[in-house]
Amino acid sequence: MSPRPTARSLRPGAVRRRPTARSLHPSPVRRRPTARRRAARTGQYLALLGYLVFLAFPLLWLVSTAFKPPRELASLHPGWIPDHPTLDNFRQAFDEQPLLRSAGNSLIASLAAAAITVVIATPMAYVMARHHRSPLSRAATGWIVVSQAFPFVLVIIPLFLVLKEVRLIDSLSGLIMVYVVWSLPFALWMLAGYARAVPRELEEAAAVDGASRARTLISVTMPLLAPGIVATALFAFITAWNEFFFALVLLKSPQKQTMPVILTHFIGTEGVADLGPLAAASLLATLPSLVLFAVIQRRITSGTLAGAVKH
Amino acid sequence: MRRRTLLAASAAGTLSAAGPLLSACVPGRRRAADGRITLRFQSLAWQQESIEANKQLVAEWNAAHPDIRVDYVQGSWDSVHDQLLTSFEGGEAPDIIHDATDDLADFAYGGYLADLTDLLPQRLKDEIPPRTWQTATFAGGIHGVPFLQEPRVLIANRALLERSRVRIPTPERPWSWAEFEAAAGELTGDGTYGVAWPLKEPVSATLNLSLSTGGKVFHRGADGKVTVRFDAADQRVPRVIHDQLGGDRSAARTTLGMGGSDTLPGFFGGKYAMVPLGFSYRQQIVQQAPKGFAWTVLPSPAGPGGDQRQGVSPQTLSIAADSPYQREAARFIDFFLRPPHMVRLARGDWMLPTGLTALRDPALHTRRHGWATGAALAGRLRPAPAQSVRGYPEWKDKVATPALQEYYSGAIGMAELRKRLVEDGNLVLARYQR
Repeated sequence: MSPRPTARSLRPGAVRRRPTARSLHPSPVRRRPTARRRAARTGQYLALLGYLVFLAFPLLWLVSTAFKPPRELASLHPGWIPDHPTLDNFRQAFDEQPLLRSAGNSLIASLAAAAITVVIATPMAYVMARHHRSPLSRAATGWIVVSQAFPFVLVIIPLFLVLKEVRLIDSLSGLIMVYVVWSLPFALWMLAGYARAVPRELEEAAAVDGASRARTLISVTMPLLAPGIVATALFAFITAWNEFFFALVLLKSPQKQTMPVILTHFIGTEGVADLGPLAAASLLATLPSLVLFAVIQRRITSGTLAGAVKH
Repeated sequence: MRRRTLLAASAAGTLSAAGPLLSACVPGRRRAADGRITLRFQSLAWQQESIEANKQLVAEWNAAHPDIRVDYVQGSWDSVHDQLLTSFEGGEAPDIIHDATDDLADFAYGGYLADLTDLLPQRLKDEIPPRTWQTATFAGGIHGVPFLQEPRVLIANRALLERSRVRIPTPERPWSWAEFEAAAGELTGDGTYGVAWPLKEPVSATLNLSLSTGGKVFHRGADGKVTVRFDAADQRVPRVIHDQLGGDRSAARTTLGMGGSDTLPGFFGGKYAMVPLGFSYRQQIVQQAPKGFAWTVLPSPAGPGGDQRQGVSPQTLSIAADSPYQREAARFIDFFLRPPHMVRLARGDWMLPTGLTALRDPALHTRRHGWATGAALAGRLRPAPAQSVRGYPEWKDKVATPALQEYYSGAIGMAELRKRLVEDGNLVLARYQR
């Protein structure tokens, strides 16, 4: 019989694997991969590669367009690599529109929205997961489902009037509040799923070892919830970073406009676009999301794996 | 009142819970303690030269009028209707609003735009012809100052045109629609189509060009109610386009779903000899055409008797009805649209000014980049047929656009097109005119 786990021994890096029936009775001969299995694996990789190309195509085309001079943009046979790469599109984009300022506004709004969403959603999700049979929890779940049914246009005017009443029109604070409210239901639903996956037995084991309730939450539950928290923060950040309509309607001063609103300024009548500067500005607008993903993707992956071996 | 307080309290409570991350920055009062006024001017200028012209004029105004400051706010054509609608509903609209006449009807009838009849100086009223004022007149009131407009012209590949045997039309001697069909046929061959109709948005092009053949589509009755008809005069232009696409194949079918800009690579590559486009597309052509590519601007075909009328929806400046500074806003508009300023704005947007004095400016009559051809057409421009029709946007999106696209693609015939535009269309309009 294996010893009972302690809170300390349950840290992600220090997990012991429980022996399984399979590991206790390993098959005497490991089968070598056959040609058929190799072909299947090759097919899988090819399919994955195709999927990656499909996903990456718009981004690569955006990069290509951002560095093309106007004449190449209107070429009948456009190529991937610009013949005469130029930075003029970036220069023009920065000259025409306040990109840095709007990126700063977007960053403030998105980071604040993500942080507040996580701070509010984490305890709520935990309670919902641990008391999922309580009427309050069921009501919250119903609220989440109902909230997803409301389109922007339905709420924007009442929301505008409420925010005007509390003098939060044309303010990043008002926008942040809207973003938090808007992404909270889905964030809650997401996090509750992660919280439900954390075995209650681990918390009980920590309690048996003498950990206080707070200690258990901080040292046992939160590390296991980390991937969920990161994913939720990422979701809230990207939702806010890309959001256009609320920002368009709620922000009036040019000094406060966010990146998605500024990007539309490169579009003229009948959908005609100043394509080069638009691509350059759009490329810059994708960078924060890419950087954020690059920085925290390992956290999501390692966190998920750490959680997986607990069972 | 209690409900409002509750809402305010709950919102404020949530906000305070958010802590220091939320640094409130509420809008300041627009009249300073020393009596200075601040007006918000939302401009939709989007091309580099146009933005520069707008910002320069605002800066000049601010330098000359320290007591009435104008804040330049950048808007977008792409989202202006939704943004204005919510701003009007919330009482936060800009004081001075840049838009176009085809977007004003609902705002004007909804009471969101000030009637400028008594606000504008006589100088400005005299400067713009009555037929142009009509484009911004709704229910007897002037709700915008039309200041820039663009005719639809034929942008042609000069080399292909000169190599062919077709007569090159001028504003004085335009092609008739029949001559245009023949010319397109003549220019077709060797991998080149005579014409490329960008028909992603087929309604305004069809309706506005149909004015030359006597088309009207919208008919206002004695009771003031508008009904849709689609008679022989309305059918002439759509039939030409349809026949070019599906009959002699002198028009490329691939451009059916394209916008104007999308046709330019093919135009530069010699696939299309002519492209019917708005006058302002010249800016893109100048910017994007390969070196040595020769192009020219031709007038659109004329109807019976050389009728060159076509519908336009000029860009406008309006004043919000709830602006507390309407007189000051009108003073700014008067300054902004003085003839030399109008010329600067027109050149920045590659369009034509509506002002008669501005239109006479020599800079707009040069043959370079086809300015002279466009300027010669200014007198033939009329309010777009749909201008003051309530419910037009819905009719356009739900009825006319799909019906015309199906007709041009050959999926339905003229009888079915007529049935849909008229029967379905009148049902839509009736809802707006109860």
